[in-house]
Amino acid sequence: MSAPLLDLDNITVQFGGLKAVADVSFSIGERELVGLIGPNGAGKTTIFNAITGVYRPTAGHVSFLGKKVGHHPPYIITARGIARTFQNIRLFASMTVFDNVRCACNMHLKHGISHALWRGTKVAAEEQRIERDVMELLEIFGLHEQRDENAKALPYGDQRRLEIVRALATKPKLLLLDEPAAGMNPTEKVELMKLIRFVQEKFALAVLLVEHDMKVVMGICERIVVLDYGLKIAEGTPGEIRANPKVIAAYLGKETAA
Amino acid sequence: MSPQTIEFIQQLINGLSQGAIYALIALGYTMVFGVLRFINFAHGDLYMIGGFAGWMLFAAPENEAKTGMWASLSRSFAAIPPGMPKVLLALALAMMFCAALGMLIEWLCYRPLRQRPRITVLITAIGVSLFLESFGQYIWGAAPKSFPTLIEDPAITIPETWGSISTLTVLTSQVIIFCTTLGLLALLTFIVLKTKIGMAMRALAFNQTACALMGVNVNLIIAFTFGLGSALAGAAGILTSIQQPSIDPLMGILPGLKAFVAAVLGGIGNLAGAVLGAFLLGVVETMVIGYVSPTYKDAVAFGVLIFILLLRPAGLLGKNVREKV
Amino acid sequence: MFERTKLILVACIAAFAALSPLIGGMNPYYFNILISVGISLILAVGLNLVNGYTGQFSLGHAGFMAVGAYLAAAMSLGILFPYLDPPQWAPTAEELAADPQATVAKWTYPFKALWLLFGWLINALFWCHNHIIPLGAALPGWGKFLFALFYGGAIAALAGLTVGVPSLRLKGDYLAIVTLGFNEIIRVVLQSADPVGASRGLPGIPLATNFFWTFTFAALAIYVVWNIVHSTYGRGFLAVRDDEIAAEAMGINTTKYKVLAFVIAAFFAGIAGGLYAHFFQYINPEGFNFMKSVDIVVMVILGGMGSMWGVCAAAVLLTILPEVLRKVAKIEALPEWAREIAENRMIIYSLILIILMLARPQGLFAGWVKKKTRPA
Repeated sequence: MSAPLLDLDNITVQFGGLKAVADVSFSIGERELVGLIGPNGAGKTTIFNAITGVYRPTAGHVSFLGKKVGHHPPYIITARGIARTFQNIRLFASMTVFDNVRCACNMHLKHGISHALWRGTKVAAEEQRIERDVMELLEIFGLHEQRDENAKALPYGDQRRLEIVRALATKPKLLLLDEPAAGMNPTEKVELMKLIRFVQEKFALAVLLVEHDMKVVMGICERIVVLDYGLKIAEGTPGEIRANPKVIAAYLGKETAA
Repeated sequence: MSPQTIEFIQQLINGLSQGAIYALIALGYTMVFGVLRFINFAHGDLYMIGGFAGWMLFAAPENEAKTGMWASLSRSFAAIPPGMPKVLLALALAMMFCAALGMLIEWLCYRPLRQRPRITVLITAIGVSLFLESFGQYIWGAAPKSFPTLIEDPAITIPETWGSISTLTVLTSQVIIFCTTLGLLALLTFIVLKTKIGMAMRALAFNQTACALMGVNVNLIIAFTFGLGSALAGAAGILTSIQQPSIDPLMGILPGLKAFVAAVLGGIGNLAGAVLGAFLLGVVETMVIGYVSPTYKDAVAFGVLIFILLLRPAGLLGKNVREKV
Repeated sequence: MFERTKLILVACIAAFAALSPLIGGMNPYYFNILISVGISLILAVGLNLVNGYTGQFSLGHAGFMAVGAYLAAAMSLGILFPYLDPPQWAPTAEELAADPQATVAKWTYPFKALWLLFGWLINALFWCHNHIIPLGAALPGWGKFLFALFYGGAIAALAGLTVGVPSLRLKGDYLAIVTLGFNEIIRVVLQSADPVGASRGLPGIPLATNFFWTFTFAALAIYVVWNIVHSTYGRGFLAVRDDEIAAEAMGINTTKYKVLAFVIAAFFAGIAGGLYAHFFQYINPEGFNFMKSVDIVVMVILGGMGSMWGVCAAAVLLTILPEVLRKVAKIEALPEWAREIAENRMIIYSLILIILMLARPQGLFAGWVKKKTRPA
């Protein structure tokens, strides 16, 4: 494994008396596709929030590209190269598909507010470049024909994909996907798996995937981290995880029983 | 005691009586915030309505020329000799009127908006506030009205034998304001802590959906909360008018805003916090009037607000809540 | 395609220049209303950036207008600000002469220390003001007026910055009341500020505002806000309004955007204040009270928060409405109560607000103009 892209070092996140995540450590290498699984309330989304700066870890460090990022606000962490999607879709509701993605290009602008005020020549060139980039991205995901539709008017699956497009527009090195397959039917899930793998190769990304659907996780992840009650109980290849008795007890076991 | 200490105690007494008024209004803000998570901008105007309700009922000279049931009712009320019974009657009537009006406002303007964005409700509340003020100006005129004497307001004589304390000026109205407020607070505490409807109110503040699922009549409780808060504001309106017998339709704006500041200072949604914040604010305000300059009287509250929101946005007794991602 | 908006702006300004002498000769009553419309446009368009596009709720826009009006007027009248005296730590000679044992109470020291801190800050600001005034006075003709306007706008923007920064942690109702509080604080300070006339108001401001300048600045305000919100940069404002957490996750510095919205809106409010002062030639702290802020907020809400043309239409409508109502109040055929209501425009405003929120919260005019989604 190459030097880790993202490194979690004994992360603890505490809400009042509740330890949502306790001493979790794992790392993600470049271009790696890692799955993060666990039963409901295991702390998966909390880990996402700790990585992206929404919550500040109570203890431990998150390092990205060898630098600690835990104390930064989310927008700086995004600028460093971590992008995410949300479990409950958080698109910009009043904006079109195109504008949703355009917003994510905001931080790569080379001009400041003064140029935007007067719409200088610099702005014109940049706006054209951004439009080209955004349309390119939308075409990859087959959303270019809906560019002027309101984002919230899209079908559910398209909204999920649009969130991924929006995250990609920030040009990340690491993409965090929070339950991208939630609410999708089996055909859509297969499509999504292909898409994730394609995105990972095309944009040379590392991906951290939180997912409930075992088929999706086992199908595409190279490595899987398992959480239960805020603790990391296992880590390994899909084959290892499947055979791990702790995981079966905590998670798969429950599912077969249900 | 040195004259400075006496002066300080004097300011403290004035501050506490002012704080009592703020406390009554602030409780309404904080109760409504507790159950509905929004700031009832129009609440300060219910305090004004309370004052006018008393005026309408007790100011006979204004109604002398008129005939009919209303005029005769008001004449018979006005005929009551000034004294404590008259104060209590005025309080009871104004509180009932304000409670009814508060519930009416909730039913007409806020209930249809319950599922809407908070900004919509906020704008509506501003609209209701402006409406009460301008409608008050329309029917009562913009000029201040003199409030009838409910009770004579002499300074209480402190025996000379008590030494320098006897130089303190304590008005009867200040004592009445303070004691009535304490009485109403005790009543409110009883309602909130010991009665079934109070328990439902507290439950509602925790989780509205769960309450509805448990069979609590949410609409009824919210209406009751509005009524209770409005009644307290109405009581404040009468109590102020005992001390300053001049009322006008815009008199609710500033006390309303200051009471809101008091509620935020104590931690909005927290009943004890509202009372604490109100007394603190009342005292700080009179201290500024006494020791700095009366000019800055109205700026104090906003200064306090900005200060508290910067240092401890949840207020003195409040809890921090964070948005779920 | 990009140059189109700029072209329209230049054409508008040219048209205003051509029309200015014509309109200057019109009936003073209507001219008065026309200038008021222009000033309202600037105020409403600016506030729309904060309340509409950025989704904040400012209820203190008149405060920024007051700052602009007073400072522009101070510039035109050459008013210098006297420095504050440092706090007194020891008894003065007179006090000692009267009572050799006189002392200054120790408990006042912490307050005085605080006063010292803020006093120096205020004196530094006064020093800047007192040194900028001669610069403006040296300029000829229109230069002086424009300098005064921009000076008022700049200080208003500074005030916007000071309001914007502490307001960041607040949302909705809290923000509304804090901005209202700032408005009141500004008013109270002006009421006790003797160099600018305190509560008596400031008379004798030279007449300099005309049709051309008013509407040129209105066009500029519209142009700038339009450009901002339609650029990729400015989509950040809308992102902040739609979902702050998602906006942060997309690399948008929400803090910066909120402050920026306040600063830009305050700048234009300052300009509007300067225009107001140089048109009516008299300003009074009461003219910039909470009710004035409500007037502007009603324009933005009625027009539809975040709808440029809706807000412009509402600004025009609501500036003319009181005049129309005044006319209505004089119609003898109407019953007494209707005429009295017409005289009290706030009843109508407040009812409009309530009914609008119940029936059409997106605003009266929002959606009338087809939304343009492609970048212009």
